[in-house]
Formats: sequence, structure tokens, C-alpha cells
Amino acid sequence: MKDKKELFPVVCCGAEAPQCGPGPEDNKAEDWDSTDRPWQIGTVSTPAGTVNRVATALDRSDVVGTWKARWGVGRMNYRIPPGLYAVGDPDRQSPVLVSANYKMSFDFLRRELSGLDLWLIVIDTKGINVWCAAGKGTFGTAEIVRRIEKVRLHEVVSHRKIILPQLAAPGVAAHEVQKQSGFQVIYGPVRAGDIPAFLQEGGKATPEMRQVRFRLKDRLVLTPVEVATVMKPALFLLAALLGLNFLSVILKGSPLVFTRLWGRTAADFLPFLGAILAGTVLTPALLPYLPGRAFAWKGWLLGVLWALAYMFYLAPGSGPVRTAAHLLFLPAAAAFLAMNFTGSSTYTSLSGVVKEMGFALPAIIIAAGLGAAGLIAAYFL
Amino acid sequence: MKFRYLKNVVTLAFDADRCNGCGTCIEVCPQGVFVPAGKGSVTVADRDACLECGACARNCARGAVSVRPGVGCAYAILMSKLKRKGSCCGDACCP
Ligand code: SF4
Ligand code: SF4
Repeated sequence: MKDKKELFPVVCCGAEAPQCGPGPEDNKAEDWDSTDRPWQIGTVSTPAGTVNRVATALDRSDVVGTWKARWGVGRMNYRIPPGLYAVGDPDRQSPVLVSANYKMSFDFLRRELSGLDLWLIVIDTKGINVWCAAGKGTFGTAEIVRRIEKVRLHEVVSHRKIILPQLAAPGVAAHEVQKQSGFQVIYGPVRAGDIPAFLQEGGKATPEMRQVRFRLKDRLVLTPVEVATVMKPALFLLAALLGLNFLSVILKGSPLVFTRLWGRTAADFLPFLGAILAGTVLTPALLPYLPGRAFAWKGWLLGVLWALAYMFYLAPGSGPVRTAAHLLFLPAAAAFLAMNFTGSSTYTSLSGVVKEMGFALPAIIIAAGLGAAGLIAAYFL
Repeated sequence: MKFRYLKNVVTLAFDADRCNGCGTCIEVCPQGVFVPAGKGSVTVADRDACLECGACARNCARGAVSVRPGVGCAYAILMSKLKRKGSCCGDACCP
């Protein structure tokens, strides 16, 4: 079953750090020597050679980088060179942690490690976070075994245990790693913040540490990226509305006043803006409180509420055609955007999303198509 | 709070006859789907919470668990159906 061909490519989002960073589009050999390493402070010598020490405090550029990634600004084209690192002053008995070489994963991890003495193996996940890389198999058995050998871990520590983030488990077969490398895999907590407590307890994770969380805070931190992805279509829509207003003024032979044209366009955009926010921000925020289970359904409900509010309070007297078109189009748009949040959520299964799309997508396409036709018609009636 | 997605859709299958109760699946599951069932076995307690990540199947040395792993991301599914190479959730996610 494990080797069964996947129906869909494993493309991902989701879990604690859904920002997966740049992809493996460039498979050329990395020039790690010239990589900037502001996070490095000194070295430690081991029987297997000199090992770089990692700072546990983040500096300003790290914080700015995280912020940019959250908003989808540019790409965090910054990978950590794979290899063995030291945190604090580790010795032969110190624990060994394994991390992805995605900058944000690495930052989130090291920032939790201050005051600890341990070894850190950064494996090459092509700059992708743990969860996504495990799904793709880059955070996998083979890379771990290879890296253990390459850094000569056997010579650095006297024990035979490595601690992996639990979220790497979809990509790693713990028993295979042990068979091939001699190192026993221990799955650490889901969140880096629990590592000190986990180590304190001698490598025991509480059930709480093993569960993925999806609190309001976790959901809201994802919404900027959702909003950022609709920026482009929203600008197209704005241009289309401007064009429609322009055409309708010309065809009706009314005088062309540009300020009025802009004002009308902005007013016409408002209902869509509401639908966008309903799908990208409100649905994620209210996720557990909205009835039903399908994301599209939740988004559709909010879209209907918004369309009704718009119709009764904001723009009564829009005319029957436009009102009907709004009632069709706005909920459909919100439903579609809400459905896209499945990728950022922590609990949607592939089978479930395929099923949801099976009934939601046709309905969305029909409603949006009819709605769009009505909206366009309304300009010329 | 534990979230649950659609009912009765996941491909998770568990074969109690092969299980030796080692508990690895309980450990790796981020959704608490498995619970201990006395000595030498486990049971699927919350099937609908499964997100098909595949961690349990990959780490069960006895081959007692199977699941079709995948990522529940509508955008990625859409893109693959349209045969377009796109990144899920914009640039912010895995291409
Ligand atoms: S990992 Fe496999 S053998 Fe171990 S408890 Fe789970 S199902 Fe049973
Ligand atoms: S596939 Fe993932 S979520 Fe589902 S039961 Fe296995 S470990 Fe848990």
C-alpha cells in the first residue's frame, strides 16, 4: 500500500507551517560555501571534524523574512546548508535533533533551543518545510540515512537515537531508518516549542504535544496568503467593472465624467470585496462555528449572508437582475475561496476534498456563470 | 478543539490480525485516530479525524495499516486536473 501510485501528485499545504517556501525548481548543486550564515556563532570540535554552532536568538532579518513569507512577498529563497550543527555545548551523550533546511522551520526550531546542549542535523529538503517535505518524500528515510553517514554521527555521539519532528512521520519509516543506519528514530513533538519539555521528560511526548492545533490564531496567520492569492483576479475584476461602467455610459449616451466612473466602479466592487473577505478571512476565522463540514458550504453560507446584507442594507434598489446575479455570484465566489482553504487547514483528507469538489465545483461554476452573465446584462438594461 | 472533515470518506484501513500493539501509529498520528485496545492491539477510534497523511502506514513495521496518502488541498487537485503545474495556495506553498 505504501508504494501504491498516488492518484494525485502530493502537493501540499497545511499543518503548522503551511508556507512551504521555494520549490525544487533548481536541482543544480548548491554552493553552500558562499551561503550567508548570520545565524552561526563559532564552532565546536568533534571526532568527526569541526561543527558550526547555531545561534538560538533570531535577529531582525530573520523576523522580516518570516513576515515576508507570511504575506507571500517574494520568495524566501534561503536554504540552510545541510549538515551537522551544534547548539550550546553538546557532548557525546547529547540528544540529536533532525530538521528540514527550510529557513523558517530552522528559525522556529533554534529559537526554542536556547540554554540546551544538543546536536542538530539539517537534512536537504530542498528548502521545504517538514510537513510538505515529508509528504513529497524529500524528508524521507533515504535522505536521513545518507545524512547520518555523511556527518559521521556514529563518531560524534555514543548513543544511537535521533529525534525527528513528528510531522516528518509521513515521509519516514522509523523501522527502516533503524535497520539501515543503526539509529533509533524517536518522534518528537509536533511543535518546536514543546522540545525543551519533551527533552526534560527524557523524550516522552504528552498526547497534547502529538496533536496538531488549529486555533483561531493558527488559522488567522494563514489568511494573508489567502488574500494575497486573490489579489490578481480581484484587480482583473476591478478592471472589468471599470470597462463595463465605461461601456454602459457610452452606450447610454450619458456624459462621461471620470470621477463618477471611478466612484461607480468602486461601489460596484464592494459586494465582491465582501465575498472575497467572507471566503478568505471570515471562513477560516469562524471555521469551527459555521455549520456543516464541507468548506465550500461554510463559505457559501457566509456569502449568502453577505449578499443579503448587501441587498437589504447597503444597496437596496439595485434592480432585480443585479440583485439576483449578486445572490448567485457572491456566495459562489465565497464558496470557491473557502474551498481553497482546505489546503491550508490541518485536517482535510485528499479523499474528502475530492468528494467535496465533486459536488461543490459544478454548483459553483453554474452559479458563478449565471451570476456573471446577469451582472454583465445589468449594465446594459 | 478537534476538527473533523467529511464523514466516512477516508481510505484508512486497519488489520487487527497483523497488529502487535507496538503503539507507533498512536505516536505518529497528528489527529489521535488510534487508541490502545488492551494488550497487544490498537483500534481506530476516530476514523473521520484522519487526514490521510500516511504516517501510520509508513511507520507500521507490521503492515497492519494502509491508507492512500495525499494532501487535501482543493487548489492542488484543481491544478492537477487541469494538467497545469501550479503551486498550491500561490507561491506560498509547495510547487
Ligand atoms: S504501528 Fe502497526 S503494529 Fe504497531 S500498534 Fe499500530 S497498527 Fe499495530
Ligand atoms: S493517515 Fe495520518 S491522520 Fe490518518 S490515521 Fe494515519 S497518521 Fe492518523
